[in-house]
Amino acid sequence: MSTSLGPCLHPSPSVSPPPPLLELREVRYAYPDGTLALRGVSLRLAQGEKVALVGLNGAGKSTLLLHLNGVLRSTSGAVLVEGAPVSTATLRHIRARVGLLFQDPDDQLFSPTVFDDVAFGPLHMGMAEAEVRARVSRALEQVGMSGVERRMPHHLSLGQRKRVALATVLVMDPVLLALDEPSAGLDPRARRGLIALLRALPQAMLVATHDLAMVAEVFPRVIVLHEGQVAYDGPGAPLLADTALLEQYGL
Amino acid sequence: MALASSLDPYVDRASPIHALDARVKLALTLALVLALALVPPGRWLALAAIAALLWWAVLRSAVGPGRILRRAFITAPFALAALTLTVTRPGAPLIALSLGPLALTVTDAGLVAFVAVILKTWLSVQAALLLMATSRFTEVLGALRSLGLPAMLVAMLGFAYRYLFVLVDEAERLLRARESRAAALPGRRAGGSIAWRAGVLGSMVGTLFLRTYERSERIHAAMLSRGYSGEWRSLPARPLSAGEQGLLITGAALLAAIVWLAHWR
Repeated sequence: MSTSLGPCLHPSPSVSPPPPLLELREVRYAYPDGTLALRGVSLRLAQGEKVALVGLNGAGKSTLLLHLNGVLRSTSGAVLVEGAPVSTATLRHIRARVGLLFQDPDDQLFSPTVFDDVAFGPLHMGMAEAEVRARVSRALEQVGMSGVERRMPHHLSLGQRKRVALATVLVMDPVLLALDEPSAGLDPRARRGLIALLRALPQAMLVATHDLAMVAEVFPRVIVLHEGQVAYDGPGAPLLADTALLEQYGL
Repeated sequence: MALASSLDPYVDRASPIHALDARVKLALTLALVLALALVPPGRWLALAAIAALLWWAVLRSAVGPGRILRRAFITAPFALAALTLTVTRPGAPLIALSLGPLALTVTDAGLVAFVAVILKTWLSVQAALLLMATSRFTEVLGALRSLGLPAMLVAMLGFAYRYLFVLVDEAERLLRARESRAAALPGRRAGGSIAWRAGVLGSMVGTLFLRTYERSERIHAAMLSRGYSGEWRSLPARPLSAGEQGLLITGAALLAAIVWLAHWR
């Protein structure tokens, strides 16, 4: 947690090499029904930086996360991961670098057993059996869920499913984690566990959340998304202390 | 759902049958069903021999013979379709029935065929129940894959099993939400007309369909996010041990011998 706050919205021109871990340039996105979800979002993330993405429901948080590994492709603007633009050619490589965690673990965990699910990513990255097995047990251990390999996701509690879902992403060894509401619906103990885990993980992460208490504990930098635009990007502490500003963004 | 999960409590028990590789169990189950189908009607001894093999396995399975035998009657109503055999098979007449203008004659050959169908169905279902009560569904999926069922079909069965429960939960939540608001005021007729209630139910089914459809899109996105590109991959299965192969061959040979004897002796 010794990370600096990193470059903010308008970095000085002197900070050019190396390319940032993640860069969004004026990303715009309209859903097929015409709803404009993102109206020109620009932001940068450095290696190892932990950033919270907050904003009201419908502000575009989930839509933004879906752009980071190319599940959604921007109508205009560009998404760059480690300097490489997200495009059809780079897609498979980028998906190994960016781990996207969906909000509902029942969407994320689609296999009949926990093992099959955690092994899905490594298998589809073409790893050999021994490596797959080693990674699966390491990832489950990381989230404190060793020993449930043969269980059905349906038989786990929501907190356990959320942990396993995180393991399905960690197992791919990404450099950037894009997590959608990881603490939503967790009981206090499971939430504490999650916070400890997020603090301990070395990866950079962009985490969409409504949990401002968690933001204060884990994330030095906060981005507020408001009606598809970045309304605030900077250190979390002054924002969280400014009641008027929070009120303005509906937080 | 009810049938699938009603066998779940037995899956975790310990017995030689539980410990047996699901591939061996699946192959032997299929062989047993095939053997039952191949025994000609009237060869009761052959049926008894197959039943003995099956019940020997049932007794060793720690599931309880009564449970398997009773549950196997679940398909009995379907077997009744074979009732027409009693009056359509040519043979020596046993009983003549006249239902108004219809004159039906029950023949001996017909009766034998009917009883054989009932027994064969009952035994086949027992074999299938034994397989499902002693193996995890995922192991059976793996066994199907090993027997050469295409990976995509196996994956679809896996999805069906995974999301069946999620779907049932969602339907239960919808029903509960309806129940909670289906209130009545004293002195007024509550509940609305049949047509109105049918409309409510119809829109609930529609809601469920839309939710399922949207979920499928999110699942697909989750698969793409983890490197799925249209080709389904899974870990290779370990080879069968010599003991397992021996059991498989012995079982299949026994069944083949019974069928052969039933035909030519």
